[in-house]
Amino acid sequence: MEKRKRRDFSAENIIFTTLNTAFLILLSLAMVYPLLNTLAVSFNDGMDTVRGGIYLWPRIFTLQNFRVIFHMETIYGAFVISVAKTIVIVITNLFFTSMLAYTISRREYIFAKPLTLAFVLTMYFNAGIIPNYMLIKNLHMLNTFSVYWVPNVISAFNLIVIRTYIKSIPESLVESAKIDGSGEFRIFMRIIMPLCVPTLATIALFVAVGSWNSWFDTFLYNSGKQSLSTLQYELQKLLSSTLTASTSAQGGGANASAQAGAVNATTPQSIRSAITIVAAVPILVVYPFLQRYFVNGLTIGGVKE
Amino acid sequence: MTARKDPWNSGRIWRAIISQRELIFMSVPLLLYKILFSYVPVTGWTMAFQNFKPAIRTWYKQEWVGFSNFIKLFSGINGERFIRDIRNTLAQSVLTLVLGYVCSILLALLLNEVKNVGFKRVVQNITYMPHFLSWIIVAGLVSTALSLPSSGGIINTLLVNLHLVKEPILFLSNPNHFWGIVAGSNLWKELGWNTIIYLAAITSIDVSLYEAADMDGANRYQKMFRITLPGIKSTIVILLIMSIGYILEAGFEIQYFLGNGLIVEKSETIDIFVLRYGIQMGNYSLATVAGIFKTLVSIILISGANFISGRLGEEKLI
Repeated sequence: MEKRKRRDFSAENIIFTTLNTAFLILLSLAMVYPLLNTLAVSFNDGMDTVRGGIYLWPRIFTLQNFRVIFHMETIYGAFVISVAKTIVIVITNLFFTSMLAYTISRREYIFAKPLTLAFVLTMYFNAGIIPNYMLIKNLHMLNTFSVYWVPNVISAFNLIVIRTYIKSIPESLVESAKIDGSGEFRIFMRIIMPLCVPTLATIALFVAVGSWNSWFDTFLYNSGKQSLSTLQYELQKLLSSTLTASTSAQGGGANASAQAGAVNATTPQSIRSAITIVAAVPILVVYPFLQRYFVNGLTIGGVKE
Repeated sequence: MTARKDPWNSGRIWRAIISQRELIFMSVPLLLYKILFSYVPVTGWTMAFQNFKPAIRTWYKQEWVGFSNFIKLFSGINGERFIRDIRNTLAQSVLTLVLGYVCSILLALLLNEVKNVGFKRVVQNITYMPHFLSWIIVAGLVSTALSLPSSGGIINTLLVNLHLVKEPILFLSNPNHFWGIVAGSNLWKELGWNTIIYLAAITSIDVSLYEAADMDGANRYQKMFRITLPGIKSTIVILLIMSIGYILEAGFEIQYFLGNGLIVEKSETIDIFVLRYGIQMGNYSLATVAGIFKTLVSIILISGANFISGRLGEEKLI
């Protein structure tokens, strides 16, 4: 690499580098500005925000917006459910997906091929919203916590990623454990799982992000029960009520302003900003850790049979 | 020794089943589970041939109506609405695709020219960030950015202050802007993320090609367009074919969150049609027909894409 690094001070090079750097800085600004602006609004006094002109920094600093949302029972409850749901999904999904991945990674297993096919096929078709809804309804799972995790115990894509990884583990490890008299489940728990930790950690983070960000399951299956609402769904309700308020002048706005009136000294816009921040922060904390696995994950993902 | 026995003779299978019983216990229940949650719902497609009424509990006692729901979907008022929604889905998705492709390839090329590793990493990290935000958060940010300057609409503020427009634009009340908003939101969210695969492809280009080009006095742009771009051509082609398979997946959230009565003409997509007819209006049969239509077209497109990429000598996708 060093050899190629002949410094090039030609005018063309300087102009290009400057323009390129400037462009990339502008682009980065465009990426972070909306969130920074939301952050500033969430820490700014609600009534003051209405006057406009808040960009990157709060004008009248306050913690009132956050205090208000965490005193709203709906938001606090939704936060708890979002956390619980994410934890349960990560644990069950990783356990069952990797257990199945272990079995289909075993070359001698007679059902390995049909099982793989049955799961991979589901990546390419979906019965659709209505049939899925009818199934959940017939199983009496509407408005229950289990609807969040039970249908999501296996993800076909991660199954293939984990299987590919397990196949790269020397088979002699499994064989010697068998000679020592270990059963399959024991081999999976004691030998394979610990060796898969790096891959599982990555998948755990992706599953966690997906679960934290999902709102459609709450909307479709659990919207009838406030105590099972999630943060993203609460945010969606707030978003649509403020949007209706702004697009259809008055009418629909009554709902949003009534909500805001109940929680004094703040506005729907400020509340929304504060909830957005609460919903975004866990993601922003986690995603840099995902970074170094990005490329690996993307390349392993190619399904090969 | 006699000739090898048929490996599928029943004695062998039984012996294998007994010796592999533990593997079977670990996997077959999960298969049954998958059958329940992914394959059983497909039987719900029979609703497409019924005049489905949720009140009738027994499935075969529903009124069977043959293909009349399929005809209803494409004729009369429903038909107008559905065909409009197909148009919206295709338009939004093609716009998103083209914009996303061109911009992420260009960004990958530009990032590749950055020699300062630290700066490059910072830019990459920042541009990846929106990919991880939920669509609800993104929709909120987009609606704020597009609102009037007084409610923090940065885009209108910039446009007005740069004297590009006289009056702020009411982006979310004018149907003509909506397709652009969908494509723009997708671009903002996925631009950085989509460069990853191109940057990975660029690193696998043989360095000696650049050295040879240097010897011959090639300039930066010649290297970019004669070496780097052809070097990642196969990646570009395969990703393009693959996304054509998913052309009916225009996304759902941004249209659902930002769509409103004023712009429904341009915002409603097939997925939203299904949701409105099925869940909100209780017309399960028509919604199921629409869903089946979408699934079938997608399967045809995906297998077509797979076939073409196989023909081109690329790795098969499935």
